[in-house]
Amino acid sequence: MSRTFLMLIRRDLLLAHRQGGGSLLAIAFFVLVVSLFPLGVGPAPEMLERIAAGTIWVAALLSVLLSLDRMFQADLEDGSLDQLALLPIPLALVVLAKTIAHWLTTGLPLTLTAPLLGLLMQLSPDAYGALVAGMLLGTPILSLIGAIGAALTVGVRRGGVLLTLIVTPLYIPILIFGVSAVEAAAQGFAISAHMLFLSALLSGTIVIAPIAAAWSLKLALD
Amino acid sequence: MQGQVSTAAAVLEGRDLAALRGERLIFANLDFTVSAGELLKLVGRNGAGKSTLMRMIAGLVTPFAGQISWHGSPVRDDPDGFCADMIYAGHQDGLKTALSAAENLDLFARLRGIRSQPADQALAAFGIADLADLPVRYMSAGQRRRVSLARLLVAPASLWLLDEPLTALDTSAIEQLGSVVDAHRDGGGMVIAATHADLPGSPGKVLEIVPPDPFEDDAEPSA
Repeated sequence: MSRTFLMLIRRDLLLAHRQGGGSLLAIAFFVLVVSLFPLGVGPAPEMLERIAAGTIWVAALLSVLLSLDRMFQADLEDGSLDQLALLPIPLALVVLAKTIAHWLTTGLPLTLTAPLLGLLMQLSPDAYGALVAGMLLGTPILSLIGAIGAALTVGVRRGGVLLTLIVTPLYIPILIFGVSAVEAAAQGFAISAHMLFLSALLSGTIVIAPIAAAWSLKLALD
Repeated sequence: MQGQVSTAAAVLEGRDLAALRGERLIFANLDFTVSAGELLKLVGRNGAGKSTLMRMIAGLVTPFAGQISWHGSPVRDDPDGFCADMIYAGHQDGLKTALSAAENLDLFARLRGIRSQPADQALAAFGIADLADLPVRYMSAGQRRRVSLARLLVAPASLWLLDEPLTALDTSAIEQLGSVVDAHRDGGGMVIAATHADLPGSPGKVLEIVPPDPFEDDAEPSA
């Protein structure tokens, strides 16, 4: 079972690599959106420093949203979702493997890019740790919640907008804790409470989201 | 021999199956049995529910009524054990176009955890060994279908579900599929095929799916 699970992750990474551009597009979008802000609000460092955390987090959230709609749709269209559903492991584990692959190709690269954008946004030097730690805990939750939305809209033509409407409200808690952790760190406060909240959210969603997404996929296949 | 086959213990058994699509009952009170070495051919006109029954046996569609048993116990009690011994070849290929034929087959075998034949041999059985390294994206519909059927040979399973396996195949590929199916049945394997055309090789049982509504019953099933 664990070999099949690891093989599924490798499969999705291989496909992302072959089809090209999956994570590059998300990173390019992330960088472009954030770099619009210094142009839009002006290069004054105090101003940028104040909006840095929010801008980076919102842009990361949007980049993840953009990458969600193909999560299961490509597999549904060519019939390979049938084959994945018929693997001798529970469908929830298939979903979890695909979600991990999705995080490895979007959430992780975004997290690694974020400090560079912090430089661009004049982020306070004390806040880099909180930004990266928050995104390391937060982006997997984005992928997990996104998997539910992607599974619910998998059979819907042009379901991207619907997916955004379903998923965005659920992203709000992660945004709040992620941004306030960065701001707390910038002002010299402890961030352990924020990290604990994000960890709790992650522990909850990693159990619930694959099961919920698997149920929606079963409905789509039925 | 024929008589022995029909009296042998049924390995796969469907009893009293019914399928509901939307508000419409597609078929009802459907019974079938498949024993080791048997071929069950599903016939019926378009929309009769051949694909639905196929997906129902595979476990993708939940029966509206009735039950499917595998080796005497309901499939729903141990779906993973059933899946491990069954290969479903749907009318969609389920191939990744960015990967080559051999990569697709390797992936399939590795995901299922057991390999019965190397990909090259499986492709050779369908006459496309020379296309092993070609990305599926560049293949014709018939070539894709051959690759998708070659999956039957890379991972062991005693039950094959073939939904419209002959679509897009040329005569030589149909012959090759016939001999592959015969070899599988000689080894005690079971095959359920939904097809309008005849599968070459030794004939099997035929199950005709008829609509439950008596008013729609008069039409001939399409050939």
